[in-house]
Amino acid sequence: MSQTAQSLYEKVWNAHTVRTLSNGQTQLLIGTHLIHEVTSPQAFGMLRDLNLKVKYPERTFATVDHIVPTDNQQMPFADPLAEAMIKELDNNAKEFGITYFDLPSGKQGVVHVVGPEEGITQPGTTIACGDSHTATHGAFGAIAFGIGTTQVRDVLATQTMAMEKMKVRRINVDGDLPVGVYAKDVILHIIKLLGAKGGIGYAYEYGGSVIDAFSMEERMTVCNMSIEGGARCGYVNPDEKTFAYLKGRPYSPQDNDWDTAVERWQSFASDADCQYDDVINIKAEDIAPSVTWGISPDQGVFINECVPDPTDAESDAQKVSIEDALEYMKLEAGTPVKGIPVNVAFIGSCTNGRLSDFQEAAKFLKGHHVAEGVKAIAVPGSQIVAKQCEDEGLHLIFEEAGFQWRKAGCSMCLAMNPDKLQGDQLCASSSNRNFKGRQGSITGRTILMSPVMVAAAAVAGEIADAREVFSMNAN
Amino acid sequence: MALEKITQVSGQGVYVPGSDIDTDRIIPARFMKCVTFDGLGEYLFYDVRYNEDGSKKGHPLDEPRFSAASILLSGENFGCGSSREHAPQALNRFGIKAVIAQSFAEIFFGNCTTLGMPCAIASSDDIKTLAAAIDADPGLEITIDVENSQINYGDGQSIAASIPNTASDALISGRWDPIAELIEGADKTAATMTTAGY
Ligand code: SF4
Repeated sequence: MSQTAQSLYEKVWNAHTVRTLSNGQTQLLIGTHLIHEVTSPQAFGMLRDLNLKVKYPERTFATVDHIVPTDNQQMPFADPLAEAMIKELDNNAKEFGITYFDLPSGKQGVVHVVGPEEGITQPGTTIACGDSHTATHGAFGAIAFGIGTTQVRDVLATQTMAMEKMKVRRINVDGDLPVGVYAKDVILHIIKLLGAKGGIGYAYEYGGSVIDAFSMEERMTVCNMSIEGGARCGYVNPDEKTFAYLKGRPYSPQDNDWDTAVERWQSFASDADCQYDDVINIKAEDIAPSVTWGISPDQGVFINECVPDPTDAESDAQKVSIEDALEYMKLEAGTPVKGIPVNVAFIGSCTNGRLSDFQEAAKFLKGHHVAEGVKAIAVPGSQIVAKQCEDEGLHLIFEEAGFQWRKAGCSMCLAMNPDKLQGDQLCASSSNRNFKGRQGSITGRTILMSPVMVAAAAVAGEIADAREVFSMNAN
Repeated sequence: MALEKITQVSGQGVYVPGSDIDTDRIIPARFMKCVTFDGLGEYLFYDVRYNEDGSKKGHPLDEPRFSAASILLSGENFGCGSSREHAPQALNRFGIKAVIAQSFAEIFFGNCTTLGMPCAIASSDDIKTLAAAIDADPGLEITIDVENSQINYGDGQSIAASIPNTASDALISGRWDPIAELIEGADKTAATMTTAGY
C-alpha cells in the first residue's frame, strides 16, 4: 500500500477493486445495490436468459417509486402497465430473495430517500443503482453512482461491475449563506458555474464550511444533483453528523459493532493533504436564491436577474442553445425571471422531498394561500417522511395553504405516473431536471428552485423572491 | 460466451444536431413503462419527431433520404441525464449501430459500449464536415474504424475519432459485454468482500 495521502474516492476505489479486466477496466465490488421497478425487470430477464442467480441477494434492496400514483395507491392501479411493473418487481424480489420495501411495508419511497433512512447507505462503501440520482448517497461518504440495466444484471449476478476510475474535483463552499439561500441554491449555482457537462470524468467532492455546517439532508440535496453537473458521483466526507444520522437506523451497525464501524468509516475520509485533480472555490456570500430559466439544469440565474439574450452569447453553439431554450420556454430574451406566471407548484423528489424540506416550506407557508388557478402539490419522498410530516401536523399547514398533500413517490419529477403537466403549463419545481417534456407534457415547462421558492411561487402565482413574499429578513 | 469482435462499423449516416441531447428526449419516460426492451425503437426521439396529434414534425430520422441510416451524428454531451439503458436500447432497436458526437455523457457511453455500439468522439468541425457530406449524398458510406481511431467516408476522406482505450479494447477483442469475465472473478470478489469488511 502506498503511504501517500489519498482522497476518499481513491480509498474507497482501492478497497473495492477486485482486479483489472482484460480491457483495462477495473472489476469493482459493489457494496450495496439498490433497485426499483423501471430499470430492473429487463436485468432479471437477462439473468433468466443466461441461467444465472442473484449472487448475494442480501446486498440488494428494492423499492417502488417511479410509477406509483401518489393520490390513490389502492391496487390494482388504474394504469395496467404500472400494475404490471410493480407485479414484476414483487415477483423478482420473491424469486431471488431480495429485501423489498413495498407499499404495505410503511417504508416505501423514492429509492434515494429510502436507502439513507434505513441506514443502508453507509460511509466507505460503493453503492450502485439503475438510476442516475444514486449520487445522493454520496452525502454519507459513499461512492455512489447510477448504472444501466445491463450493469444492474452484472451487479445482481456477480456483485461487481466493470468500471473506470474517475478524476476528483474538490468543490469548496466557504462563508455564510445569505438568508433565504438553501442547499438547492448552492448546487444550482455550482452547476451554472461549471456547466451541465463540466463534471464529465469527475467525481465531485464537496467541502468547505458551508457543506460542513449542512445537515445530512442538505448534503443529500447537493450530492443528488451532481449528475446534472455531469459528474457521475458526488460526495461529502463522513463526519460526526454522518454518524449521528446513522446511529440506531435499522440497517446500521448495532451495539458492539457500532464503534468499530465508526472508526472504519472515519478512516475513509480524504486525507487533509491529498491532491485533487482540480479545486474550485466558491464564496457563500455570492450565492442568491436561484432558478433555472431554460431546458438544461445549467441554464440558471439568480432571482433578481433576467433570462439571457442570445445576442450576448459567447459562441454560435451557445446562441443556438439559448434560442432553443427561450423558444421552448416561451420566454422573451431579457425578461426578468421574477414575474413569470406559474401554473403548477411541486415540492418533492429525491432532491427535495425530505422532512426538513417540508418543515422549511411549511414554516413560511403558514398563514399564506396558494394563488388562484395554481395547482400545488406536496409529495413526501417516502412513507416514513410522510409519517414524520404528519406527526408534526405539517400536512395540515400545506392543506390549509391550498396544497394537495400526497403519498410517497417520484410524482411530478418525471412522467411515469398520473402526475403530469398539461399542455404548456409552467411548473415551479423542487426536482432536479428541466429537460424538454420531463414533467409529462411535450410542451410542459419546468423551472427548478428550492422548496421555499416553490412555496413563494405558489403563493404569488408567479416566479417570486421568497425573501420578499415571506418577508424573510424580518424573521 | 464468444461475442462478435467489433473492429469497425459501416453504414449511412444521419445528423441530429444539438447539444445536451438528453435521455428524456431520446426516449421519453412514459415509454419506459415496459418490462422488456422490445419495441422501444418505435419511440426513439418520439416527442421531437411527432406532434401531439401523431403527425410527423419533420425530424431528420423521418426524412426518407436518411431512412437507411445506421450511424447517428450529434453534438456535445450526447445522452446526458438519466441512466436509463432504454436510451441506447431504443437507438439500437431503431437500427442505429454507432454514434458519433463531440462528447458523451458517461453513463450513456458505458451503456452503449456494453451493447456493442461504438460511441466515437470527433471535433465539432469534423462532425459538421461529415454532416455536410451526408447532406449532399445521403447514400454516403461511413466507416467508423475502431481499431485505427478514425472515421472514413467517400473516396478516401477521413476524420479523426477517439474512443477511450478501455472501450475500444473491449469492442475489438469481443469483450464488450463483461459478464463472462466478471463471473470468472468470483473468488477474488469473495476475497475482496472480506477485506473490504462486508
Ligand atoms: S424523484 Fe425524480 S430524480 Fe429522483 S428517482 Fe424519482 S424520478 Fe428520479
